[in-house]
Amino acid sequence: MNVAILTYARPRLTLALDTVAGWTLAVIWIAPLVFAVWAAFHSTSDAVNFNLAGAWTLENFRTAWAGAPWLRYFFNSFLLVTVVLTGQLVVTTLAGYAFAQFQFPGRDVLFILVLLQLFILPEVLIVENYVMVARLGMFDTVFGIGVPYWASAFGIFLMRQAFKSVPKELDEAARIEGCSWLGVLWRVYVPAARPTYLAYALVSVSTHWNNFLWPLIVTNSETTRPLTVGLSLFAAPESGVNISVISAATIMSIAPLLIAFLLFQRQFVQAFLRAGIK
Amino acid sequence: MNDHARFERRRRILYAWMLLSPALILLSRFAFIPTATTLWASLFSRGTRRNPSEFVGAGNYADLFADPTFAKVAVNNLIYAGVTIPVSIVIALAMALWANSRIAGRGFVRTAYFTPTMLPMIAAANIWLFFYTPGLGVLDQIGALFGFGSVNWLGRPETALWAVIIVTIWKEAGFFMIFYLAALQTIPPDLKEAADIEGTSRWTYTRRVVLPLLMPTTIFVAVNALINSVKLIDHLFILTKGGPSDASKLVLYYIWELAFAFFDRPQAAALTVMVLVVLGIVAAIKFTILDRRTHYQ
Repeated sequence: MNVAILTYARPRLTLALDTVAGWTLAVIWIAPLVFAVWAAFHSTSDAVNFNLAGAWTLENFRTAWAGAPWLRYFFNSFLLVTVVLTGQLVVTTLAGYAFAQFQFPGRDVLFILVLLQLFILPEVLIVENYVMVARLGMFDTVFGIGVPYWASAFGIFLMRQAFKSVPKELDEAARIEGCSWLGVLWRVYVPAARPTYLAYALVSVSTHWNNFLWPLIVTNSETTRPLTVGLSLFAAPESGVNISVISAATIMSIAPLLIAFLLFQRQFVQAFLRAGIK
Repeated sequence: MNDHARFERRRRILYAWMLLSPALILLSRFAFIPTATTLWASLFSRGTRRNPSEFVGAGNYADLFADPTFAKVAVNNLIYAGVTIPVSIVIALAMALWANSRIAGRGFVRTAYFTPTMLPMIAAANIWLFFYTPGLGVLDQIGALFGFGSVNWLGRPETALWAVIIVTIWKEAGFFMIFYLAALQTIPPDLKEAADIEGTSRWTYTRRVVLPLLMPTTIFVAVNALINSVKLIDHLFILTKGGPSDASKLVLYYIWELAFAFFDRPQAAALTVMVLVVLGIVAAIKFTILDRRTHYQ
């Protein structure tokens, strides 16, 4: 009987330990964000003194909102992710289709060249890309920020994989029905790859909503600057804004994406998985 | 081969190139040509009004190697990579094992691990500013409870880089967790049952069965973490600006600084070329040696 209790108790003990450890890490991991949210609603002195009884206030948000053209920044970010995603979907669909369903000389070499871009990061080429964007007259425009990301190697790769798994019979059936090449792409391949499109869109939108370095370099005015760049200017130590107000501004800027994530968590996680693993 | 078939084949080839042309034009403009011009720019001196730019060969590279900031930045980035890659991987693995076990409130635990991933680096930096600010920062408050004095985490050369490293790990571990989580769910349950029947300890089971099965994921995650150790520098703009006295400056930040603060395009180009060479080596290793073992093909 003792033995029975032992073998029964051991997994339960492990589970209890797992629960404690897993929760401890979870609390540590989420604490900075929770603290920032809490601090955003409290006065600086309450926040830094951990005064849990301190009064809740919206004052920080009022001050932050008045301190920068946030509405414009939100709009700019929204416009940016729209421009980036639209361009990416068109360019990567066409290229992915070509790589998946066409035989042509040099295809494999070309595909490796495309994949190389996964390693020649756009982030590293900031200097010469800046020169290029300036030469094309796109400095300080939403297209200047977005167009360099249109031919996403990662997107081309994803679309190619998705299109490759479409059964040939569907393609042939559509062709017999008299569909043109583009018609087949539009009527057969694009609908079949819908989950891939959703995944790619979620990854792309969250990447570009959060992107900072490149927009910092190619923007110069509040009419194009996205949220991240606006937030960095607002929170720069030189600006002398107090830390609760910075918290409020930060929470404000991350709220849309964060709420979307919390609501559609499963889809987001699936999207990142699909994007990474396939 | 009849004429019609040949015509059809030509037409298909032409069609393929037409479909590819937007991508190829854009890739040339924003990847291949900039790579070439970077290399080219790195071979010329910086032009001024009096001294026009001239060919200096490896001169910029020699200058870079003589530049103490470059040495500092390279070492910093090696530490940054050397710490963030393994620590993020170990934490991600632990997170995945817990998030995959049958603990209560698993949903919350997963969300807590993953949420920092959704924040922009700039926001993460702002949040951590709260913890690092001397005197009023939360870390100081916690330290004071244990009788430690105030520490200027971001302002001291010994701690600045570590403060930056912690934010990076906080940001990326939850992201890597989801790949481990997905991989764990593909491990057949009979393996666990067999191990239980054999009386194998949990540690042995994890070490001898789970970890080898997760190897492809680990390689995938490690390559991503390596790329991140070059790419993730946004938080420097908020936290330290590379200081104090370059203690937390990383390579990409230095490239930015050379080009857009010091307007030294040739030096920036030379440094970029070196980063590209390193990334190229990583890509070569990835495509030739590792690809057989990863599920990424």
